[in-house]
Amino acid sequence: MIEQLQQLGEQLMAQTAPTIPTLQQVIFVGMALFAAACALMVVFARNLFHSALALVGTLFAVAGIYALLEAEFLAVSQVLVYIGAISTLITFAIMLTRGMMYGPTSPLNRQAGTASMIVALLFAVLGGLVAYMPWSNEALDLSTLDWGVFADRPTGEAIIASLGQKFVTTYLVPFELMAVLLLVALAGAILLARDRE
Amino acid sequence: MVSLSWYLVLAAFIFSCGLLAALSRRNAIAVLMGIELMLNAVNINLIAFWRYGAAAQQLDGLVFALFVIAIAAAEAAVGLALIISVYRSRKTVNLDELNLLKG
Repeated sequence: MIEQLQQLGEQLMAQTAPTIPTLQQVIFVGMALFAAACALMVVFARNLFHSALALVGTLFAVAGIYALLEAEFLAVSQVLVYIGAISTLITFAIMLTRGMMYGPTSPLNRQAGTASMIVALLFAVLGGLVAYMPWSNEALDLSTLDWGVFADRPTGEAIIASLGQKFVTTYLVPFELMAVLLLVALAGAILLARDRE
Repeated sequence: MVSLSWYLVLAAFIFSCGLLAALSRRNAIAVLMGIELMLNAVNINLIAFWRYGAAAQQLDGLVFALFVIAIAAAEAAVGLALIISVYRSRKTVNLDELNLLKG
């Protein structure tokens, strides 16, 4: 009798024992919460400069998420391009359009209520879809994959090497088009922003 | 192990925030920041699907994400140049005051 009770107690303990989160999960949740809080601040901060700073926070957290997904090259590109270039550009634009940081009225326009309802609906649909679909939740171990000619390198190196190879073989035309696009954007931005007098 | 759906929920949340910023902010620069948020959310999705997909050695998700980053850089440069140009001629960057094309 007592043994049975003990067994039952042990079973109950095993069922209700909290699963200990792994370090990866703890890091993910921390970065995700930081990213989400900063993204909310981008939307709702009254001062535009605070929005820009929150955007930088979100971009950093997203770079961390990339690193967590073992896309180190993307994480570094994110820091270089987004935080190094784009957020500097945004800060410049805020400084150049001075007096616009605080509007005389609310930072949100008249359709803010409707827009937030639509966005809440969208998030509910997306969240429901994510919860409903049977996603494969096991990531492959990247070091077991076939890396072709780069198989003798360490995995992180093999990923970056074959990424570079992809850009000059399979994706050569889009890559060159991207170079042209960046050149056109550079020339166009100078032409648009220059002083006409 | 973090499961794929966590990344997807995070990306959906950031995308929603970006969409809300793009739809409801008055200031044109804030709208541009919302677009950057949306592009980042899409990038999270691309990389998460690459990582959890069956053919990760193809690296298609990473290539797409890098293209998105390049497009975002071009878009930010042209967009901010337009905003500065508009500010110079109209002395405002509030989108609801820019009604030149309104009939």
